[in-house]
Amino acid sequence: MSEDFKVEIVNPEKSFLVKEDVSEVVVPAFEGEMGILRDHISIISFLKPGIIKILSKSGDENYYVEDGIVEFKNNNLSILTSKIFDLSNIDKSKMQILLKEAEEEANKPKIDDQAKYLIDQKIDVLRSLN
Amino acid sequence: MASLDDLKKRIASVKSTQKITKAMKMVAAAKLRRAQESAEKGRPYSEKMNNVILNLSNGISDKENAPKLLSGTGDDKVHLCVVMTSDRGLCGGFNSNIIKKAKSFFSKISNENKELKIITVGSKGNDQLKRLYGDKIIENISFKESKNANYFDADKVGKIIIEKFESGEFDVCTIFYNQFKNVITQIPQAQQIIPLNNEGDENNSDESYEFEPDEDEILSNLLPKNISTQIFKAMLENSASEQGSRMSAMDNATRNAGEMVDKLTIVYNRSRQAAITKELIEIISGAESL
Repeated sequence: MSEDFKVEIVNPEKSFLVKEDVSEVVVPAFEGEMGILRDHISIISFLKPGIIKILSKSGDENYYVEDGIVEFKNNNLSILTSKIFDLSNIDKSKMQILLKEAEEEANKPKIDDQAKYLIDQKIDVLRSLN
Repeated sequence: MASLDDLKKRIASVKSTQKITKAMKMVAAAKLRRAQESAEKGRPYSEKMNNVILNLSNGISDKENAPKLLSGTGDDKVHLCVVMTSDRGLCGGFNSNIIKKAKSFFSKISNENKELKIITVGSKGNDQLKRLYGDKIIENISFKESKNANYFDADKVGKIIIEKFESGEFDVCTIFYNQFKNVITQIPQAQQIIPLNNEGDENNSDESYEFEPDEDEILSNLLPKNISTQIFKAMLENSASEQGSRMSAMDNATRNAGEMVDKLTIVYNRSRQAAITKELIEIISGAESL
């Protein structure tokens, strides 16, 4: 189908997910959420903590990411991330731990603006999930 | 000549050593499969990362103001060498190959009157380098507790390196590790990670990218990640190499022990027969003299 494109998510350990029949992907880019459809212009951007939404005919999927890079080129979307969780079968207690860690991080006295921004984002997202 | 009892003990001890080496070989073989798998699975990430950085660095028009991690400090007076070895021994030439490679690089650097700083990852490398380069080693990192190479550990090493780079402690960073080719062959590698060496890589995509935010910001976000990724890749290659090297070393040891047992058994049988013959002769000659 002409509406589809391919998405590939890799983390350092393995290729996390490959999907060929994706109609839209929403990624939490650094400067705001970004929806990507087929024939999007080639783009490179990086991610802030948030939720990746993958919409396809076989159903929608949601993933939580902490950081990463997106590259879109020739109808191939690659997402490189070091921390990613599938939201459909995630452990609630694990999210609680992540939230706690993030809150501790945010309370540190020495923190620069960008890090502060990222950590606040993380806390917001994690709170909304829990 | 050793007595029969001694020989018997000797054979028993070699046999039990053989059992140990055989078991180690089996364990290494099982671990190797896993390590190899994860090394292969880890490749797409580092390749993709490289691609993106390549595309980015070609997109940068203003080379002068490029981030320092990419273009270097403009100097190459102080070299930081990260020597990555294993935490365990009994793996053939694995560690000494890396050390050999690293040492030849070290002497090259000191011949050029440049300053040398060393970070060792893994305790075996530290043990071997301590004697000659003890004063140059600024840090020793060991991941004895973690079972498999994981990104978390690599990230820690990466952060240490970047911290040192940003405080201006060195100009050039090179990592040493063994690249896994196959079970018998591991190639010691020296890879320069700061400044990033992209020479030789042809950029065949003439496509221009949209960047969000701008190139500089993405690059400065990406480059530290790339350091960790490269170190993680080296760790994966290293752990596969270590198991491969151990497997072939233990295979050799098992075979040698087998040969030794065979030889000792022959000696044992000969001396047993000799003793019997001697006794017989004594009895016969005793009977004849009557």
